[in-house]
Amino acid sequence: MALAKLKVETTDARLSGVVVPDGAAWSNAVRADALSRVRQMGLPTKRDEYWKYTDPASLTTAEPSSAALFVNDEGPLFEAVDRVRIVFVDGVFDAGASDDLTAEGVEIERLADAIQTDIHWAKDLYGVLETRGQTPVERPLAALNTALATDGVVIRVTGKAAKPINFIYLHKDENSDAMLHNVVKVEAGAEVTILETGPAAARFSKMLEVEVADGATFHHVRAQGRDHERRAVTHCFARIGANATFKSFTLTFNGVLTRNECILEIVGDDSVAHVAGACVGDGKDFHHDDTVFVTHDSLNCESRQVFKKVLRNGATGVFQGKILVKAGAQKTDGYQISQSLLLDEDSQFLAKPELEIYADDVACSHGSTSGAIDETALFYLRSRGVPHDEARNLLTLSFLAESLEEIDDAGLAEELRDRLEAWLARHS
Amino acid sequence: MTALDIVEVKEGVDQDTVDAVKELSGNYKYGWETEIEMEYAPKGVNTDIVRLISDKNEEPEWMTEWRLSAFARWEQIEEPTWAMVDYPTIDFQDIYYYARPKSMEVKPKSLDEVDPKLLATYAKLGIPLKEQAILAGVEGAEDMPAEGRKVAVDAVFDSVSVGTTFQAELKKAGVIFCSISEAIREHPELVKKYLGTVVPASDNFYATLNSAVFSDGSFVYIPPGVRCPMELSTYFRINAENTGQFERTLIIADKGSYVSYLEGCTAPKRDVAQLHAAVVEIIIEEDAEVKYSTVQNWYPGDENGVGGIYNFVTKRADCRGARSKVMWTQVETGSAITWKYPSCILRGDESQGEFYSIAIANNMQQADTGTKMVHLGKNTKSRIVSKGISAGKAQNTYRGLVSMHPKAKESRNYTQCDSLLIGDKCGAHTVPYIEVRNNSSRVEHEATTSKVDDDQLFYCRSRGMDEEEAVALVVNGFCKEVLQALPMEFAMEAQALVAISLEGSVG
Repeated sequence: MALAKLKVETTDARLSGVVVPDGAAWSNAVRADALSRVRQMGLPTKRDEYWKYTDPASLTTAEPSSAALFVNDEGPLFEAVDRVRIVFVDGVFDAGASDDLTAEGVEIERLADAIQTDIHWAKDLYGVLETRGQTPVERPLAALNTALATDGVVIRVTGKAAKPINFIYLHKDENSDAMLHNVVKVEAGAEVTILETGPAAARFSKMLEVEVADGATFHHVRAQGRDHERRAVTHCFARIGANATFKSFTLTFNGVLTRNECILEIVGDDSVAHVAGACVGDGKDFHHDDTVFVTHDSLNCESRQVFKKVLRNGATGVFQGKILVKAGAQKTDGYQISQSLLLDEDSQFLAKPELEIYADDVACSHGSTSGAIDETALFYLRSRGVPHDEARNLLTLSFLAESLEEIDDAGLAEELRDRLEAWLARHS
Repeated sequence: MTALDIVEVKEGVDQDTVDAVKELSGNYKYGWETEIEMEYAPKGVNTDIVRLISDKNEEPEWMTEWRLSAFARWEQIEEPTWAMVDYPTIDFQDIYYYARPKSMEVKPKSLDEVDPKLLATYAKLGIPLKEQAILAGVEGAEDMPAEGRKVAVDAVFDSVSVGTTFQAELKKAGVIFCSISEAIREHPELVKKYLGTVVPASDNFYATLNSAVFSDGSFVYIPPGVRCPMELSTYFRINAENTGQFERTLIIADKGSYVSYLEGCTAPKRDVAQLHAAVVEIIIEEDAEVKYSTVQNWYPGDENGVGGIYNFVTKRADCRGARSKVMWTQVETGSAITWKYPSCILRGDESQGEFYSIAIANNMQQADTGTKMVHLGKNTKSRIVSKGISAGKAQNTYRGLVSMHPKAKESRNYTQCDSLLIGDKCGAHTVPYIEVRNNSSRVEHEATTSKVDDDQLFYCRSRGMDEEEAVALVVNGFCKEVLQALPMEFAMEAQALVAISLEGSVG
């Protein structure tokens, strides 16, 4: 079927004059393929079912909208953690600000270097997991990233990584338009923690492709900046092997537009995949969208989706989550919960929690609730002498806590909890 | 041996449930055909056919124009593809849009004049068109007091209504119950005022087609303050081959009135799929209440997916007045393809909408069904209870929308959908849309089976039941919730379904 006129126009305008980064033959081929897929699919518009609740217009314009710089007086996150810092300023790798890219158990290389190498392990992952993740739902913005990403790193984890790797995304230019693509390969039995912090750019497209091999463990904790005006679309494509663990948590404080897509494919037996998030939004120009797609294609696996949103002053929260259990993926245990706390009359929560099941011996459940703060609980705290705002913040924090519990590392969870508490106090 | 016999049933799935599903869909009891001389309009659809249908029904010009504008619109729009159903392309020009028994050419003045073959058809279906006190075929009904068990029936055969019972008695109460073609002639002011106000002619592909070519259906008007003295029912029978049935139902419950309406439908076994695209509009004014119950039993096709009815239906109730109430109850066992979302527009403050559904799909059946609860008024309440059961190679999807508009303060929704798979070749899917645009409303959506109410469990246990017994009782009781919403007339169907429990559901 021919693409709608608006789609064709949007796509043409966005692709006009773009430069595809040059590299080795394999890299050029995968990027050319991605570009042709973008043309074939067309960039998303508000009329697409998959963008029903989020208007992608600001993500697809030829030029980004500008975003004022925000000075975060709280200082960087995870300072106390011994980690390898990889710094990007407006989407450009900053060697001076980064640590030496070495740690025991991991090999880190800039994407720009990797794509110049004729024979490279990243060839089997770069754009490969993204392509797999295009069915049954098309994600043209992900293909666009594969075609045009200008920077990023490729990481191979060969053992237990000695320390976490922290991507730090700094925003210093009001009109920056960044496109990063990171690839992580966690080899059999290996283990790594990836941290991501910062708003990155005025407009940000970021992709993470992760291969979690048999018996491997991948932990991911992300905090997407604070109170900034950034517009972002992020994708995480993961392929999870047998006896493997994948756990991802994202914290979002404000930001004009954030669309986080997480596409997991569980292909090995007895694995665990958890994806969770907490977001707090204050004001009409806050729009946050969590879109998750978990495919079970193996035996006896467990998946969890836990998403909590606190919205006020006209903020919008979106959750689109799906569990697909393929025929034969018996003994699957799928769980999905999306909840929102609306602190005033104007905020809204839009959700589409889906199940698609083709195996009979599975347990899948999903729940979604939305509503105001529990007046009875509030009254109870107030009757014990807790001031109104403090009581409300206490209840709000406890509402968010269930998602923070998805983070295995108590220290990291504690630090994010403190930031949430401070944010709630500032936005009382 | 049907596919179900050889299927290995997962541990935890109740054998009674498997047997009941098998029983329900094993042998289609209504697959016989009535041999009767028919007259047809030429095959296909165009403005001439639209005019012809309008002519046959002796409609006023405004009605013909309304149809023609719908047809012009229909030609511009495309068939929707978003539902999780898969079927060969329908050739809309290869269908008869109008078929009526020759004997109906001169409209019978009373039931006594109706062709005996037609009367026999309905008698065989268990719906005798006689003004008898009780509806035959309802086990146990004999013991009920005759008064209050009367059911007025409008019988629709292919494209025409063959008769409506108890019209005189209903008239005494001020109730109008007749075919829609008669209503257009006899009560044009009511039809003009309400038709297309709930489901506009431009609503969707099938509703638009229906607006252009609907041939008959039922019309109900309950005047203010009247409790309809008996239950009203329409029975739809498709008999002719290669014929589409496009019926239109319009129900108006004026202020403070009440009516319970039943709908049944069957069709002969045929190798070629047949289209059924109906529209039901319900208008409910202040303090009025409508119960609408359906047992949908169209021919589902054979175990290889040959034949069957494509059931593409738009049903919507508009709770216009304050404190108005609607309750949809549906048991969906038939049809090769089901595309059906009986909806509630909760416009009036404190209005209520309820949707209870059991959808059973076996063999190659595909069902994509659910509801929309659109909360517009303050303090509105809705409740959705949906049970989907898939067996054989069937696909069963619950698709629903709960929308809380900014002005629908203090509103509530509770949704529970459960699915059960019998065998590993079928599918069960849930596609809920939840849109909350104010914070004083509360929306809860659940799709889980392990969640048995703790309080109820505790109560049972405190009466000395062991855990298993207690769970069985609670789960079974929960399933009965849907069946209890069915009126007495569907007691036989309910009995067959009561054995179904959702133990072992997947979510």
